[in-house]
Amino acid sequence: MNNLIDLEKKINSELTTKINKTSIKHNQIYVEIDKEDLIDVVLFLKTNKDIKFRQLIDITVVDYPEETQRFKIVYLFLSHEFNHRLILSYTINENELISSLTSIFPSANWMEREVFDMYGVNFKDHPDLRRILTDYGFEGHPLRKDFPLTGHSEVRYSEEKKKVINEPVKLEQNYRNFDYESPWEGTKYIKGISEINDKKN
Amino acid sequence: MTKKIKNLNLNFGPQHPAAHGVLRLILELDGEVVEKADPHIGLLHRGTEKLIENKTYMQAVPYFDRLDYVAPMNQEHAFALAIEKILNIDVPIRAQYIRVMFCEIGRILSHILNVTTQALDVGALTPSLWGFEERETLMTFYERASGSRLHANYFRAGGVHQDLPAGLENDIAKFCESFPKIINDLENLLTDNRIFKQRNVDIGVVTKDDALDYSFSGVMIRGSGIPWDLRKSQPYDCYSQLEFKIPIGKNGDCYDRYLCRIEEMKESVSIIKQCLSKMEKGPIKTFDGKISPPSKKEIKQSMEALIHHFKLFTEGYRVPKDEIYTAVEAPKGEFGVYLISDGSSKPYKCKIRAPGFSHLQSMDYLIKGHMLADVPAVLGSLDIVFGEVDR
Repeated sequence: MNNLIDLEKKINSELTTKINKTSIKHNQIYVEIDKEDLIDVVLFLKTNKDIKFRQLIDITVVDYPEETQRFKIVYLFLSHEFNHRLILSYTINENELISSLTSIFPSANWMEREVFDMYGVNFKDHPDLRRILTDYGFEGHPLRKDFPLTGHSEVRYSEEKKKVINEPVKLEQNYRNFDYESPWEGTKYIKGISEINDKKN
Repeated sequence: MTKKIKNLNLNFGPQHPAAHGVLRLILELDGEVVEKADPHIGLLHRGTEKLIENKTYMQAVPYFDRLDYVAPMNQEHAFALAIEKILNIDVPIRAQYIRVMFCEIGRILSHILNVTTQALDVGALTPSLWGFEERETLMTFYERASGSRLHANYFRAGGVHQDLPAGLENDIAKFCESFPKIINDLENLLTDNRIFKQRNVDIGVVTKDDALDYSFSGVMIRGSGIPWDLRKSQPYDCYSQLEFKIPIGKNGDCYDRYLCRIEEMKESVSIIKQCLSKMEKGPIKTFDGKISPPSKKEIKQSMEALIHHFKLFTEGYRVPKDEIYTAVEAPKGEFGVYLISDGSSKPYKCKIRAPGFSHLQSMDYLIKGHMLADVPAVLGSLDIVFGEVDR
């Protein structure tokens, strides 16, 4: 399959019921599926001789806290033979379990551990689901949008206790997030102030 | 009488000179043979991706220098390309040559470090002394262009921050003449060196299939004989106008990867020469005032330029809602940025795909059945830098 449009057609015709949506943008093909079909779709993408997405580049998650299907799980694939890139995605709820790809791609192991660590998404049949990037004994999932940028705890050496201790973050000054957007383009704080003024009146 | 033999657990790192940073490797040993390796990473985790989500696009660039800190500009390149593709802007040709030239300088920087420290890990001291002298020269080129030896913050969406200072092009050209001799010297020391070969040949062999399954890229995949280089197969910037060869290995062992790196340095020198000869005077960033800041002179004369300058350095430029994955061939392999923009001036999500992450993951597969002494050799040839693995 040398052409991206042919590839899109092929994927759509072979996996008709399993594909929710496909599109081509930036010379990449974007495919949306349901959570249940993950293994079937990935196996097809990897083994079909006209497609051969032989390499899993990365797995990641996008967090949309205000939506009911909070997490969008994203898989990036690369086909060396046909020189294509494919982005596969589906959405899940906060507490849903998803299938692990470790049996198909051994490299998925750490990528899924990272997803688990950063977003708290759980995988079934993952051989070794531990935290990977954060500290031993860390709590929370840092890349979730509701996790504060400063974190919850900080580490320091305590002179009294003669050991390294964890304690809640104390800042001399709170992290300041300035809103630089032009007022005439609908900034939130201007609206807020005007509401307060209305109430006063 | 039966003797009970228990496997020995050995903690390699996190402070070990051959761990190339802060790697804690837990090895299960049967005598001197490694049965299992479990790398514990994250000791250098700084939450780069989270920080980028809270910064404007321009403020996010310096974080990329701090990933793979031996080849900073290559990372910036991936981020700049991602934004450029979403914004759909063209980069002036001079800026493209400057960027490609500095990416190749970055490649040489990284490969010198890797080749010489790999030699150091297996017992050869001299290569690192010779190699680091050249790295210092290259870093002064970085400094002269960007003002900083390591954390350049030089690439921008739409070009580069500023033009090259007078005389830099000549000095880089001089370096291109003198450097091949240094590569030869390094090769004289290592390539046919009996000890170096004994330590590297047939160590950490990767087959073609496994290289694909373990998401290898860069030298790790080329060393196994797969001709894959993003500069050729998915050319970005002006790589399609340059001539260069892609060296590939045959056996996929540490020695072949070393040879690939040496050859790649030679190709990089040739690319830099081509860039220098093709580079002409001209603009170095896009003229779009909504994206690239105006010059000091313009600010003094034009109200519009002043407003642009103010808006760019407070709010930053806005990037329309989109989703994109862009990858470049960094010295260590495929470095990618998966960027989701939401129309505001900060990225909604920026996932960094670091080549070292997948390479280090395969440590268990690579080292199983090897001797303990092979651990530094394999680790050296993986070319791990913890800035990018831990992000």
